[in-house]
Order: sequence, then C-alpha cells, then structure tokens
Amino acid sequence: MGGYSGQELTAIFVMQGFSGLSLFCVFLLMALGLAIIFGQMGVINMAHGEFLTLGAYITWLISELASTSPWLQQVYFPFAIVAAFAGAFLLGYIVERVMISRLYHRPLDTLLATWGLGLILQQIYRSTFGPREVSVGMPDWLMGSWAVNDMIDIPLNGLFVMAVTLIMTVGVVSMMYRSRWGIKLRATTQNRLMANAAGINTKRVDRFTFALGCGIAGVAGAAFTTIASTGPTTGSLYIVDTFLVVVFGGAASLLGTVVSAFGIAQSQSILEFFLSGSMAKVITLLVVVGILMFRPQGLFASKVRR
Amino acid sequence: MHDSTRKTPAWKRHLLAVALGTGLGFAGAAGAADHPTEKVSTTGLAVNDDTVKVGILHSITGTMAISETGSVEAEKLAIEQINAMGGVLGRKIEVIQEDGASDWPTFAEKSRKLLTQDKVAAVFGCWTSASRKAVLPVFEKENGLLYYPTFYEGLEQSKNVIYTGQEATQQNLAGLDWIAKEKDAKTYYLVGSDYIWPRTSNKIARKHIENVLGGEVIGEEYYPLGNTNFGSLINKIRLKKPDVVYASIVGGSNVAWWKQLKAAGITPERQTIVTISVTEDEVLGIGGENIAGYYSSMKYFQSLENDNNQAFVKAFKARWGEDSVIGDVTQAAYLGPWLWKAAVEKAGSFDVDAVAAASADIELETAPEGYVKVHENHHLWSKLRMGQWKADGQAEVVYESELIEPNPFPEGYQ
Amino acid sequence: MQNWISAFGGRQRLLQLAALAVLLLVVLPLTLDIFRLNLIGKYLTYAFVAVGLVLCWGYGGVLSLGQGIFFGLGGYCMAMFLKLEASSPENTAIQSTPGIPDFMDWNQITELPALWMPFHSLTLTILLILTVPALFAFVIGVAMFKRRVGGVYFAIITQAIASIATILIIGQQGFTGGINGITDLRTLMGWDIRPDSAKYILYFLCCVLLILCLLIGQFVLSSRYGKLLIAMRDQEDRVRFSGYDVANIKIFVFALAGIFSAIGGAMFALQVGFMSPSFVGTVVSIEMVIFCAVGGRLSLIGAVYGALLVNLAKTLLSESFPQLWIIFMGALFIGVVLLFPRGLAGLYDDFVQPHIDRFLASRRKSAPVKREQPIEPVQRSKPQEVTS
Repeated sequence: MGGYSGQELTAIFVMQGFSGLSLFCVFLLMALGLAIIFGQMGVINMAHGEFLTLGAYITWLISELASTSPWLQQVYFPFAIVAAFAGAFLLGYIVERVMISRLYHRPLDTLLATWGLGLILQQIYRSTFGPREVSVGMPDWLMGSWAVNDMIDIPLNGLFVMAVTLIMTVGVVSMMYRSRWGIKLRATTQNRLMANAAGINTKRVDRFTFALGCGIAGVAGAAFTTIASTGPTTGSLYIVDTFLVVVFGGAASLLGTVVSAFGIAQSQSILEFFLSGSMAKVITLLVVVGILMFRPQGLFASKVRR
Repeated sequence: MHDSTRKTPAWKRHLLAVALGTGLGFAGAAGAADHPTEKVSTTGLAVNDDTVKVGILHSITGTMAISETGSVEAEKLAIEQINAMGGVLGRKIEVIQEDGASDWPTFAEKSRKLLTQDKVAAVFGCWTSASRKAVLPVFEKENGLLYYPTFYEGLEQSKNVIYTGQEATQQNLAGLDWIAKEKDAKTYYLVGSDYIWPRTSNKIARKHIENVLGGEVIGEEYYPLGNTNFGSLINKIRLKKPDVVYASIVGGSNVAWWKQLKAAGITPERQTIVTISVTEDEVLGIGGENIAGYYSSMKYFQSLENDNNQAFVKAFKARWGEDSVIGDVTQAAYLGPWLWKAAVEKAGSFDVDAVAAASADIELETAPEGYVKVHENHHLWSKLRMGQWKADGQAEVVYESELIEPNPFPEGYQ
Repeated sequence: MQNWISAFGGRQRLLQLAALAVLLLVVLPLTLDIFRLNLIGKYLTYAFVAVGLVLCWGYGGVLSLGQGIFFGLGGYCMAMFLKLEASSPENTAIQSTPGIPDFMDWNQITELPALWMPFHSLTLTILLILTVPALFAFVIGVAMFKRRVGGVYFAIITQAIASIATILIIGQQGFTGGINGITDLRTLMGWDIRPDSAKYILYFLCCVLLILCLLIGQFVLSSRYGKLLIAMRDQEDRVRFSGYDVANIKIFVFALAGIFSAIGGAMFALQVGFMSPSFVGTVVSIEMVIFCAVGGRLSLIGAVYGALLVNLAKTLLSESFPQLWIIFMGALFIGVVLLFPRGLAGLYDDFVQPHIDRFLASRRKSAPVKREQPIEPVQRSKPQEVTS
C-alpha cells in the first residue's frame, strides 16, 4: 500500500472494518431465525429466504402507502419492520401447523417439503408483484452517510442494519435464556419426552419457535431493503451462505452462530479487499468447508444429548 | 401483472395501441393474393394463406424474468401493430410463446420445438449470452431465424441470427472517448459481474483505454452474480480514487451496488461512474434517487426526443400501462419484428435463406432510436448515447455519436 | 439360474426391469418422433442420478444435495472431449489462436491448458468420467463419514460444495467456458452427433447404460452388502458395534451413486450437445432428489419413472401454462413428502402389484407368489442424530 498517507490508510481501515461488520450483521440477521429453527428444532427450512422476501415485500407495500405524504415517508420504517415481522410470523405459524408438524421425525423430508414451499412462494410473489425488482422509498434519515471526518464516511443504512441486528440478537438471547418460553424451548430440545412429561405443551413450543424464526427472517427482509434489492428471488441469494453460517457455528449454539457469522463476514470482506470478489467468495467457502471436514460438529458443539 | 394503475380495460388499451401503431406511417403491406403460399414458403414453414407463425422465446419464470419481460412486451406490441396494418405479405402474424425459464437447456429444447414442431418462420427471443449460445447450434442446424435483442459481447456472427442490440465495440468505444475528453480522465477502475459479457466488454475497454486513450486501468475485478455486498469494493475505489469507474454489474447485484455507493457517501460530483448495464428497467429497482447524476452508455433511452420514439413510447404505455418503462433492450426487441417484416417483403418470401440474405442493408427509418440499418454481418448500424440519470428514473442524453459500424470481431481488441 | 435371478433382485424385480426395458427400447421409439424421443433421452440422463440417489439416500440414508457435482463432472469431461474435437484448427481458423476452443480464444488464452490435455483421447476421457467422480466422492466421503458426519449436516455441506463448484466454474471462464458452459459440440470420433440417426443411436446407448446401472444397483442391493446398507441406515450403532466400519459402507454407496451420476452427465452432453454450470449447482441437485422421491426412494426402477414423469409434466405444463409449472413442482415436493413418502413405487406396490399377484396366482395355483416388499426405514420418534 505504498503511496498512501497514514491518514488515508487509517480511514480505509476503519471503513473496511465497518463494511465487514455490516456483512456480519446481514449474515447474523439471516442466520438468527435459521439458528432457532434448525439449531433448536432440527428442522431445515429451505424456504427461509422466501420468508425474508415476504418481509421485504411487506416493507415495500407499506412504503408505497406511505409515499402519499412526506411526513409518513419519514416515520413509516419502524412500523414496516413490525408489520414484516407479523406477516412472516403468521405465515410461519400456518406453515408449521399444516406442514412441518407432520414431519418432525423426518428431518431430510422437511428439507424437500420446505424447498417446494419456497418454489411456490417465489412464483406467488412473481405473479403478484411482477417479475421486476421494486425499489423501496427510503426516509431521508436512512440515506447517505455520516461523515466522521474528511476521510471517513459511515453508511447510515449500515448503521441501521446493525442496530436492528443488535436489538434482534439481544431480544432472542434474552428470550432463550431469560423467559419461560426459553426454558420450555430448551427443555423440549434437550429431551422432548421428559419435557412433555413435565407438562410442557411441546407442540405449542414448536409452533411458536418456528413462527418466531420466520418472523425474524421477515425483519431481516425489511432491514435488507435498505441495502439491497427486492424481487421475487431476493431471499434465495442468501440461503446457502446462511446455512453455512449456522452449520459452521455449531447448530445448537447461538453463540456459535454469532462467532461464525463474524468470522465468515470479516474474512470474506478482507479477502475481497486484497483479491477479486469472486475469488474471495470461493476461498472463504472452501476454508469453511475445509474446517467443517475436520470439525464437522461446528465451532461450538453443543454438549446436549439428543 | 404488477401495476395497479391500469384502469382502462384491456381491449380498449389494445385498440388504442394498435391505432397509434398504424399512425406510425409504415408502408402498408401487399395482399396475400399477390403472394401465393406455395411461392412464399417452399421449406415447409407454418405459413398458409391467412397466417404466418412466429415464436417468442424468453424467460417468463425464474431469475431472468426480471429482465426479459420488457422484451416480450415490445415484441408483442410490434407484432400487433404489424397485424393491424395488414400483416406481412398479407398474412397475419400468429405468435407461439415459449418460456425459457431462465434455464439454458430449456432454451435449447424450446427453440428446437419451435423450429421442428411448430415450424415458425422466425423467433424473437433470448436475452443472456448463455441462452443465445445454447440455442445457436439449434438455429444453425434446423436453419431457423433468431432476432436477438440484447447488447452483448460480440465475437459472434451467424447467418441465422440478427443482432438488434449493440455489440461490445459499439457500446464501449465511443462512450469511453467521450468520457475521457469530458472528464479529462486518466485512470479507470473496471468492475463487473463475473461472466462473459462484463469480462469481454472490460477487455475491450481496457485495450482502448491503454492503447488509444493513453489512460491507465488501476483496477479490474469481478463479483459473483447475485452478490449483494460491495463494501470492500467501494473502499478500494475510495482509496485508489480513479477518475472513472466503469461498471457492468447486472441483475440483483445492481441494486445493492448503487444503494451502497450512495450510502457510502460517494456522490456523482466526487466520483464519475459510467455503467453499461443500467437501463430504465434496472432503474425501477435501483430507485432514481440512488443513481441520479451517473452515466449510462447505451444506444437508446426512453427520453429520446424524436417523433418515432414519442409515438413508440405512447403506444407502449397505452398497451402495457402508464407505469411501464422502456429500456435499451426493450427498444431493440421492438425492432425485431419490424426488421423481419421488411426483410420478408424485400425477399418476397418467408424462407429463412431468402430472408437472411435479404436482411443485409435493410433500413428502418421509423426506429424509435432513429435510423438503423442492418450490416452484412447481421448487426445493426447504430448510434451510441450517453445518458445522465435523473431522480425521476429517466435519463438526459448528454452525448450522441455518429452511426457506428458494427464490428463483432474487432482487430487489436482480441 | 435361480442363483442369478436372486443375485439381481429376484424374479419380480427382474420382470419389472424387463417391462421398463420394453417400454424404453421398443414402445417409446415406435410411438414418438425423434424430437420427443431426444427429450426422453435427456430425462433418462437425470434418471441415472435418481437411481444413484435411491442407493445412497433410500437405502443408505445418506442424502446428498450435491449430486449435480458428479453429473457435472461426467458432463464436463465428455463435453471437453467433444469440444476439443470440434475445435480443430480448420474449424477455428478465424481465431487468433486456431485449434483451441473458441471461449479460450475470447479469454486471451493462447495455448491449451494442461487440464484439457487428457481429453484428446476418448479412452482416457471415458476412464476419467468413471474415476474422477468416484475419487471426488471418496475424498468427500472419507472426510465426512470417517468423522461421523451424517444426515442433515452432510446434506448441507454437499450443497455448499455444489455452490462452490458453480462459482469456480463460472469464475474460471477461460478454462471452463464460464456461465455459458461448453457449447456447440459436434462430432464424436468424426461421427456427427447432431443428425436424427445419431440421436436414435445415442438414445439407445443411453437406455442400455441405464439398464446396466439398474442391474448393478439390484445386484448390490441383493448382496450381503445391501443388507448391511439397510441395517446401517436403520441402526447405525448396532452395525458399528458388530464390528463393521460404517464409514466404508457409506463411502462405497456414495461413490457408486457418484459414478452413476457421472455416466448420466456424459450421456447428457452427448445427447443435448452442450454442458453448462447450471447442471452443477444446488437447484438442479435438489431437483434430482425430487425425481427420486417421486419415483419412490426405495425403488431403483421407480426412480426412472419418477425422472421421466416429473420432466414430462414440466415440459408439457410449461408449454401450456408457464406460470403454473413452478407451483406444480413445489406442490409435488410437498405432496410427495407429506402424502406419498414411498412415491410412485409405493402406489404401485399397494394398488397394482396385488392385482398382478392375484392374476399370476390364478394362472399357476400351485406356487403362491411371495411378495417382495422393500424394507421401510424405521421411523424414529426423536430427531435424527446429527453427530454422535
């Protein structure tokens, strides 16, 4: 890096760190819902990306409604996030009731069934909203950047996604480890029979858990409208990466998910800086798979007997 | 479909569009009686005394449906207008539409069906290079005729294909010349999605920059299709401060790229960016406010001010809704049926060999982009325009070249 | 004679196989024109993968979502050979470097990469089609199964490998043709593969190879190894405690499925005339699984019918209702999993086979026919263990 001043290099270092952090937040937000569903319930939800897309489209619909008045335009976004959560939660609840609940003993089959669900949802989005991408109108406070000094610009939408990620992560962790539902969920995960015997309605726990995971995907969809595109196939762009994050972290461990999202995001981001984009992605994926070959249970293996 | 603003019933819009089309002033066609079927079709094509069948082959499902929808609409509009004028050699055009489903082998399979089962006289279709490469052997073997609308990488020429979009030298060289002069640019940064078209376009751009413009390429890199994170790339651009960023990022990545540029505090005043992959269609998804001030290098913009284009835009909106936008490829797709009609009438026959031979030197005074002419190499002579985007999603044309000769196999750029 | 029959799965299975052979080799060629027959030939190449999946998923309990990799390896090997032949210096005279494939020329490559060298020879190509996928499956298998990675984890990791393979192929377009793939394949040892006569010959070759694969599959399942495979799927630990190396059993079946897929891929390149990275990726790999599930994950022959029917439905539906076929495909995934986990073969065993049995029994009262039911997986009430 010859020919650049120290100040320039510091600025790039800061911004590069930040862009790694935003990628981390994207991964984490996506993986959180999956980690709950896959990690806790052992269900593979291949339609997870489509729940994200649902959240994005709900946000878009509300932004269209809000575009009628400049005042609404400024304040609608938090409401859109709540609506995205509610919409995805509801759909998740229905899907669990109709489909997933019959397949708990056949995890590989849930994978196929949810893949089919994903296909159907994608085509429904395409028929309803059209095949073209839509643009979500952003409030002013989400556009542009925060100029820390002459050299450093921090993207506001990145900060926003980070804030959403932080809130969701703290929310999920406190629910898992500080609420009655969390106790029930962990009891069910650890020993379904015993949990049942102890009077926990494990079916209701399952239903709520699945719906919650989908709801979080909806929030991720709403948040991602600020940084990327919204179209029928938006969600499927993220799905393989996200599964890798969860598996790499160790399925049953939330901490593992956080650490692996951070590791993958930072290494990809740094490699992108020094290499070309395509190569960075391949190298990151290869390293992840390589590590998984030696440590198949993931970074943070759960000690739980299942 | 997707827009909610269509209040006029479909048949009314249809009539309106057709009426507008006939008003375009194309020459009327001769009656079928002057052209007996056994004379105009000697190779068993689906032609009878009243109708002639053609195929439309685009993706209406899958990831490419985003891009190809506009082309389907334009081709259907042109065909309806031609029919309203009496058709081709007195025969109405009947359309058989097939879905390529964004899947290259499906394109090959469907094109074989159109050619061997339906015996269509011509096919309007394909969008990506990959789909064209997949169907090309089929068209050459079954001797079909394909009108291909997309701007593409060149390095190809076939008797069986008419390329109505620009090849890479047409799209890149004049635009680079202009930007180099206008912005006094010395250093360039080339970025693109990782497939053949961006790589070939950048190869041509790099040679031109280094050998002709005397500039320097200080970075060239590619991101996988569908990539949505450009943070690192944007940081590199900030560090290296190129005079011009030359971008060919496509699809869903496009939206992420422009949104993140804006969010990173990069503005058109601080950084010149020229893209060869953004048309009005893409701006719908990107949002005009995110791309305002940057340049696109294309042969057509919806905002072109000439009579042909105004009539075309009006007819298109009347047919497909007020919200529709028309991009470069959509316009090129619209040319397909008209060029085919002109060639058939010149040849006095639907036979593929006759039409292909007659295609060279066909002129279209009525093209929305202005005047176009088919070159012997089956590409079009066309102009290159630089559009500067505005927040309302339209472009202001800031530069227009002379007619450029298509040169799919450029010497010295290989 | 009796030994032979039971070695290949018993009389009933062999009769079903014979019926399939008659359908493919006699009925279809007589009733369909060459365009449709060529399509059937293309679908049959997917059947190779589905048959492999029956062995490795249905009987071995190992679900691979990366079978596209093997299909692609086979297909690319064959396509590289054909492409080299199509790129003779005479055919490519207009290039700056004649004699190399056109896409290399576009990517400023001036001499044939070493990777392509073996594909000058057909013998070597065929050898590579069979060995490279087996070797690759072996490597993945050793890494995974020896460390007791299985079930869902294995599925996701193979899926990731498939997506990496796609990115690699697209990224290295000078060597692989990138996203366009390897197109415009013309001749095999000077024999033009494009005219109708060649399409007939390739179709029959494809059918014969498929039937051979089915025979091999039935042989494997009827052998002692097949019993071990089923035992392992249902009670892995007991098999392990009995002194068997479970990993080796899995590696073998995974590699066999890989080889089958590769043969399918090679036949695909020959019949369709090109190969592209869209046959390596995750989407196509999952579609292959659904072909297998629709046919019946426990029936080798069912898998062939599954591949045929799903693809026929796809072609017909997409000709008349392009928007619908995706929804149909999705509904098929869900329906098969929820309502017919044994697929077509299950329906056949429940509704058709009893009639045939009764008919046969009434013909020959003396020898009652014993029905051969596939052995169902033991349904577990708890989630399958991921690792132990």
